[in-house]
Amino acid sequence: MKLIIAIIKPFKLDEVREALAAAGVPGLTVTEVKGFGRQKGHTELYRGAEYVVDLLPKVKIEVAVEDAAVERAVEALETAARTGKVGDGKIFVADLEQAVRIRTGETGGDAL
Amino acid sequence: MKRFLIPLLAALTLLAGTTLSTAFAADAPAQATAVEVPAAAAAVAAVPRLDSGDTAWMLTSTMLVILMTIPGLALFYGGLARTKNMLSVLAQVFVIFALITLLWAVYGYSLTFGGDGRFFAGFGRLFLDGIGPDTLSTALPTIPEYVFIAFQATFAAITVALTVGSFAERMRFAAVLLFAVLWFTFSYLPIAHMVWGGGLLATHGALDFAGGTVVHINAGVAGLVGAWVLGRRLGYGREAFKPHSLTLTMVGASLLWVGWFGFNAGSAGAANGAAALAFINTILATSAATLSWIGGEALYKGKASMLGAASGAVAGLVAVTPAAGFVGPIGSVVIGLLAGLACLWGVGGLKKLLGADDAFDVFGVHGVGGILGALLTGVFAAPELGGTQGADFAIGHQLWVQAQSVLLTVVWSGVVAFLAYRLTDALLGLRVREDEERQGLDIASHGESAYHY
Repeated sequence: MKLIIAIIKPFKLDEVREALAAAGVPGLTVTEVKGFGRQKGHTELYRGAEYVVDLLPKVKIEVAVEDAAVERAVEALETAARTGKVGDGKIFVADLEQAVRIRTGETGGDAL
Repeated sequence: MKRFLIPLLAALTLLAGTTLSTAFAADAPAQATAVEVPAAAAAVAAVPRLDSGDTAWMLTSTMLVILMTIPGLALFYGGLARTKNMLSVLAQVFVIFALITLLWAVYGYSLTFGGDGRFFAGFGRLFLDGIGPDTLSTALPTIPEYVFIAFQATFAAITVALTVGSFAERMRFAAVLLFAVLWFTFSYLPIAHMVWGGGLLATHGALDFAGGTVVHINAGVAGLVGAWVLGRRLGYGREAFKPHSLTLTMVGASLLWVGWFGFNAGSAGAANGAAALAFINTILATSAATLSWIGGEALYKGKASMLGAASGAVAGLVAVTPAAGFVGPIGSVVIGLLAGLACLWGVGGLKKLLGADDAFDVFGVHGVGGILGALLTGVFAAPELGGTQGADFAIGHQLWVQAQSVLLTVVWSGVVAFLAYRLTDALLGLRVREDEERQGLDIASHGESAYHY
């Protein structure tokens, strides 16, 4: 099993959800985060006080998938989230050691 | 900058003292017609009778000024604070309102309007002694004295509440309240008496329709001194102190604008032409200042901001306060345009020069705007510029009179504020602990959180 963690632009969330569903990934977890890679931020000015804001709002998506489904899921995610402009984000794939469905107690692949 | 404070204030006191003592040495004839608010024109030949139109208007004006403080000023400042300090700002303003209005009834009114002393009136009206529901005001003979008292109470309350904006986010709650009492007693009351209660400045012909000196310069200076004495907030200049809700600041600014019609037009003391003039001036100066501030912003920084518009509006309101019933509509437009730009500088370049952490720019807006407005009143009150004064009005002379009252207010307020802060520090301690400041005053001082998300 793998845990796919993707940081994407917030407005891409709906597209990515649909793409993941179409790719057979049934569920996901979404968190609102802030971050930056190479994308520049913006400046905010309040009366005389100027602040450079480079922690930009992003959305983090986490999905747990079987090994066989990883490539399909990553591709769907990548295509849906891409705009071609700087700040599109990143996808990480990490090893997932265990998964449990809380309601039934199922483990491993049955939990996904 | 701080170590220059005492010698600077001492020098100013000396300068003001020598200037004023020579200026006021000869007995100046009381220029009753030049002295306006809140007193209506002096000699009323007929027996005073209650006028229900005037009374209704003054009651309404009083309520409008209350709204200016709660929640107008509270929200205007609150929105500028960080979330962890929101309730502390609201509480300081709200409780100051309650405290000062109460003290006004106990001794404030008496010391301001209850007699003829030079700096304080007298003790004849302590606890509003001798006044009943049917007693008519001597200052405004067509309304009940209780209405005049209530109206003036709201002015005292908002003046003190204004200072909160300077020392916000780091002062102990008890210290805020003690400072409020001290400064109210020894700065607000005498200055209000000197300008409006028949004291020193009134007899010298200073024009201050609704309180440019009494309220705005007074509070602006006291706030600035507080910002100096308390020192900067932790993280000032390094951490981002972004306003947590400019939405609420805009709501606050709007309530201030609308409420200010009570502040200015109500200072005419009656439902009459002077009120009408003050009313229209309160629209025009404010609109002009809003536009000139954001115009200045757009030119200098590239973008017009909501905070700029709200601040510009307040700047215009402050500047037109001493002028409202004395200048013509076009005069107030000019005053507004200049105030927007002057106060934009006040919160920017001047603030850097002064070096104090005046958290919400009380001096930059109320101090600078009040000084500018007081001086421009001396210009635009002239009949040739659309003002209401008589043919014998001399701009040069009036400017000098205005400057003197500005100087006296600045020095008096500054010195009293400084002493009040120091005394409060000695008795209670002014500043919260570092860990409390980090945690936020809402939790540290009030055991509450403004937002739960």
